[in-house]
Amino acid sequence: MANKTSFHLLLLLTMKLDHPRAHRSACLKITLILLLVWFVVSCCGGIFFRDWLDANMPSIGSAPFGFWIAQQGSIISFVLILIVYAVLMNRLDNKHGYTEEN
Amino acid sequence: MTQGLLNGIFIGLTFAIYITIAIRSRAGSTKEYYTAGGGVSPIANGMATAADWMSAATFISMAGTVAISGYDASRFLMGWTGGFVLLTVLMVPYLRKFNKATVPDFVGDRYYSRVARGVAVICAIFICMTYIMGQMRGVGVVFSQLFGIGVPAGVLTGAAIVFFYAGLGGMKGITYTQVAQYCVMAFAYTIPAIFIAMAMTGNVIPQLGLIGNYTVGGESVPFLQKLNNINTELGFQEYTSGKMSTINMFCITAALMCGTAGLPHVIVRFFTVKNVKSVRKSACWTLGFIAVIYLTAPTIGAFSRVNLIEKLHNTSYAEAPDWFKAFENTGQMAWVDKNGDGAIQYFGAGKSDMGTNSVFQGKGPTYPAYDAPENQRIGSQGQRLLANKADDSNPNELYFGNDIMVMANPYMAGLPMWVIALLMAGCIAAALSTAAGLLLVLSTSISHDLMKKIVNPKLTDKEEVKYARMASFAALVVAAYFGINPPSAFIAKTVAFAFGLAASSFFPTLLMGIFSKRVNREGGIAGMFCGIAFTSGYIVYFQFLGGTTDQLLFGITPEGIGFVGMLINFAVAFSVSAFTSPPPKHVQEMVENIHIPTGAGEAETHDFEI
Repeated sequence: MANKTSFHLLLLLTMKLDHPRAHRSACLKITLILLLVWFVVSCCGGIFFRDWLDANMPSIGSAPFGFWIAQQGSIISFVLILIVYAVLMNRLDNKHGYTEEN
Repeated sequence: MTQGLLNGIFIGLTFAIYITIAIRSRAGSTKEYYTAGGGVSPIANGMATAADWMSAATFISMAGTVAISGYDASRFLMGWTGGFVLLTVLMVPYLRKFNKATVPDFVGDRYYSRVARGVAVICAIFICMTYIMGQMRGVGVVFSQLFGIGVPAGVLTGAAIVFFYAGLGGMKGITYTQVAQYCVMAFAYTIPAIFIAMAMTGNVIPQLGLIGNYTVGGESVPFLQKLNNINTELGFQEYTSGKMSTINMFCITAALMCGTAGLPHVIVRFFTVKNVKSVRKSACWTLGFIAVIYLTAPTIGAFSRVNLIEKLHNTSYAEAPDWFKAFENTGQMAWVDKNGDGAIQYFGAGKSDMGTNSVFQGKGPTYPAYDAPENQRIGSQGQRLLANKADDSNPNELYFGNDIMVMANPYMAGLPMWVIALLMAGCIAAALSTAAGLLLVLSTSISHDLMKKIVNPKLTDKEEVKYARMASFAALVVAAYFGINPPSAFIAKTVAFAFGLAASSFFPTLLMGIFSKRVNREGGIAGMFCGIAFTSGYIVYFQFLGGTTDQLLFGITPEGIGFVGMLINFAVAFSVSAFTSPPPKHVQEMVENIHIPTGAGEAETHDFEI
């Protein structure tokens, strides 16, 4: 019996110790994925591969694809990235019990 | 009603609003002075940060830069918005959790060193000072144009107003004032764009007009194609393709992005909201509000370029519109009749064997003294003559500054007078909001980080705020002096410097401080020194000591070298840290702790009435 209690205690303790770490690694994952999207859109789409995109992708209205990404699309996607980040991080915080009222 | 009177009414009205807000929300305690008490709502903080971020230069010159360089200007559009993604996901939530008033505070505590704190303070002061000079100049120019009072009087008026609400109101005062200023700026920027989009493309939304059809005079061709045709016909680079090398374009964009994420006056804005959750929300709003302006800038640039060329190219001077003559008088546009046909011609480098298109020799237009004989001042067509020698290596006759596109836009499109008055008010709002935000960071850097943390730790909070006010007064005096006597070429060059410095010092140092437990004092300081030394050495060599283009490292211009400086900072910091002992236990715990998103509001220890 005593053994079982101490096992539970140990489990509780490791969970307590682990959960900032679990939160941190999940947070890092979200951050890295979003930064990858950010890099692909702005640097790859708007700069490195823009000539290829201009030539091979459908134009947006009358604007070549790469040009549109560089001057408009990238900015729109930056805003979207931040919205996704806020939503995902809030969900993650709630899951790990880091809830604060607004 | 005259234009001047209407301008006066609009600006008077907006000023009354700003001052009322500033008085109602002035700071009552140190915490309110530094971080507005930490309880600003995310939307309000978003607007205030957006207003703070968009300076007079952004407001006035960015569309002009896009108009002139087309695709190449995307580096500014992406760099100055993309930086907010880095800022939000890598920096501000953690720094907010750390819960101190300034950025050097974090550097000093994380690297447990007064040297690190000192370097951070110097960088913060330098970055803010660079910016604020340009803002004061902007305020002065707009005021002098409006009231005909001369630039020095304009600068002093602007300085007095900024001191009034930044010095007295602290962060709380300026935050709520900036909310009002953002609203003025957003309307002032988008309304002319909407009018012009309707006139040129029949589309109410400028962003759709840009990718839509040009519909003036019965023809209907894709707008960008029309612009490309005009550009190539006149000997310019095609609008939608660039002439910058890919690597240079990337480095500049990256340096601007990382620099943005490392600017102390932007970071501290996020210390004003309640908790980490609000920081993320506020960052979304901030970028959303900034995007309103940044998505409109390329449309204004493109529309006004077509307008300008259609209105002026091959028009005889006698028939040139009145606004052209008005801007000629202020020295923002100029015409040199090289071929003597009495008509204005505008050509790009493609029309010249030498590959040039400068109108005259020398950097900016200079004019004969007002008491010079009339035939030296006024040309055969009645145009204003320049003192500069004409540059005869090319046929281009039309000179205009970058800032002309936004300012002349409503005139070119024949918009109603109130739109022009609104634009003037927007311009002043842009300059004042940025100047106030910078002034606050400057004064807290000096009073909090320098006086209290380095010089005299026994300072009471009351004395600290007194020093902050004295510092903001001193900073304004210096800024006003340079606003009146601008080292003009110097300012333009130092902006690249400010971003390069932020990218090579603050950004990597903060990033490693937040995400690594291993980077220690020695590594942090060595990294900062190497990053800064490399970046500033490179910039000084090429901007001031006459380095030539073939000496550039991989063809990277000084604007983009901050990115390389950043890589050097990372490399040096990690390698030095690897060979020295890890940071002490309490610092490692601190790093652990800033990753836990709750509890940001609790640790605050002191908050005194002032």
